Amino acid sequence: MASAAGHILQVKDLVAGYIRDLPILHGVSVYVDRGEIVTIIGPNGAGKSTLIKAVAGLVSVSQGSIELNGKNIVNVPAYQRATQGVGYVPQTGNVFTTLSIHENLIMGGASLHRGKAERRIEELYEIYPVLKSRRREKAGVLSGGQRQILAVARALLTQPDLILLDEPTAGLSPKAAAELFALIRDLSGDGVAVLIVEQNAKAALRNSDRGYVLAEGENRIDGAAHTLLADKEIGEIFLGMRRDTPLEKEEA
Amino acid sequence: MIGLVSYLVFFLILSLIFGIAVLGLNLQWGFTGLFNAGVAGFIGIGAYTMAILTGPSRDAVFGGFELPFVIGLIGAMVVSGIAALAVGIVTHKLKHEYLAVATFGIAVTIQLVCLNWEYLTGGTLGLIGIPNPTKDLAEGPLAQNALFLCIVISLGLITFIAIENIVKSPWGRMLKAIREDEIASSSLGKDPARIRLEAFVLGCMAMGLSGALYVSFIGYVSPWDFLPILTFQIWTMLIVGGSANNRGALLGALIVWGVWTMSGYVISNVVPSEIQAQGGAMQAILIGLILVVMLLLRPRGLIGEELQVSRHARSLND
Ligand SMILES: Nc1ncnc2c1ncn2[C@@H]1O[C@H](COP(=O)(O)OP(=O)(O)OP(=O)(O)O)[C@@H](O)[C@H]1O
Ligand SMILES: [Mg+2]
Repeated sequence: MASAAGHILQVKDLVAGYIRDLPILHGVSVYVDRGEIVTIIGPNGAGKSTLIKAVAGLVSVSQGSIELNGKNIVNVPAYQRATQGVGYVPQTGNVFTTLSIHENLIMGGASLHRGKAERRIEELYEIYPVLKSRRREKAGVLSGGQRQILAVARALLTQPDLILLDEPTAGLSPKAAAELFALIRDLSGDGVAVLIVEQNAKAALRNSDRGYVLAEGENRIDGAAHTLLADKEIGEIFLGMRRDTPLEKEEA
Repeated sequence: MIGLVSYLVFFLILSLIFGIAVLGLNLQWGFTGLFNAGVAGFIGIGAYTMAILTGPSRDAVFGGFELPFVIGLIGAMVVSGIAALAVGIVTHKLKHEYLAVATFGIAVTIQLVCLNWEYLTGGTLGLIGIPNPTKDLAEGPLAQNALFLCIVISLGLITFIAIENIVKSPWGRMLKAIREDEIASSSLGKDPARIRLEAFVLGCMAMGLSGALYVSFIGYVSPWDFLPILTFQIWTMLIVGGSANNRGALLGALIVWGVWTMSGYVISNVVPSEIQAQGGAMQAILIGLILVVMLLLRPRGLIGEELQVSRHARSLND
């Protein structure tokens, strides 16, 4: 592991779950550095979303620590974590469908300086003209992919140090997913630390620096994204692919 | 003709008084998703506060401070607000069905307290002789009622404009965000529990104002005015008019109160006298029927929340 000083997020031996005495995570450790994109993959029910929610402050932690910029935030309520630099895009229900697209974006920028938020929204509108032309409409009219973009964009507007994305490309066409990954890479270029959970393991790892494989609430394998992509075992055990086929070689 | 006009004035006054309570419920349910099943209790608190603050003093009963009307209005809002704060804190995070059950229980409790705490509320007899502020300002019942209508219109308008501005403010956007998704809204950096509590308190203050106006107009208050049926009426007004639309809230108050009074008229004139005693029950059934039909045919109400339709989507439909 890199030196502790550089980590934006460091989760150590985390035990967490929804019900008391019934942990879903049994001592998970991950870290994300500044400007890094880290992907978590693993089978359904592995506890990926639970880990993300624990970092966002939405599930109760019974042991271990979550450090943001070196400060333990385990006891900080979710809404305060948002003001301290944690942006979170849930797996579902991540845009406010009865608010307009523009309102969704403004809310993300609530903690930003007004003029700055407006500038950033304009920038976003440049990248995503769809959002601009429909900004007065309720976000509920957007397609699934457009909603994901809006949700990520809203989280970005708070200028978080760390952004947590739970399956951002779920339901997106390959093209839309690629666009979203481009946006995410842009983000990390600004120095934001990005933690992604993805089913779309191949695409996610290709766009990441490092990855973790989680199963049954425990760390299984971790390493550089390209190493994981080439790892035969991952394709076989965790992603249900043909034996001896590394992810990279699996053809669509 | 005069008869009809005075009746219309009388009718409008009561509809608008209810309309103010409906606006309060709209803030809670329509915009924030708080299920307040104890509306009658908060209207009752406002009504009794008004009666105690502005009513005449009498033996063996607390209050009767004979304070001015305006003080009564403010006092009623403050006391309902404090009661709402207490209820909100006790019911903690004010979530979903728990809130509904808790507020329902609290409203029943409030009604029972009004019934039994004679020293404070006058018990079953209630409090009478509550002064109407228009008594000294106009001659004759019609002029007085017309003046009272002006007061109610002004206060209704102020409540309407206040709530409209509130829901369009950043704070109001938070309300809608919370209504929609608690988890996602907690990522916006504001404490959802606190914002819900604030909306609950503000809504109950509007209900208190409504109760205060009601007693000043009617001139007396009794615990029988705040039975759960009142909560049911206010809810029906909101559902009929259109939740999350303040104009809908007022329209619903007019329509439902209209149906209620007309059906009362019909029952007392048409229905055979043997079953007149069941008139109230018939009215309640009628309101229930309207509610059910509305929920089936127009679940969003007559004028529900404004949904901007995509220009794109519209052209596809053409
Ligand atoms: N709200 C909840 N209450 C109780 N248990 C839950 C809740 N959400 C998830 N779980 C349980 O926690 C475990 C891990 O779920 P989690 O959502 O973290 O999995 P995941 O890795 O994100 O899976 P997926 O790939 O399907 O999204 C599962 O066994 C699930 O049943
Ligand atoms: Mg998940």
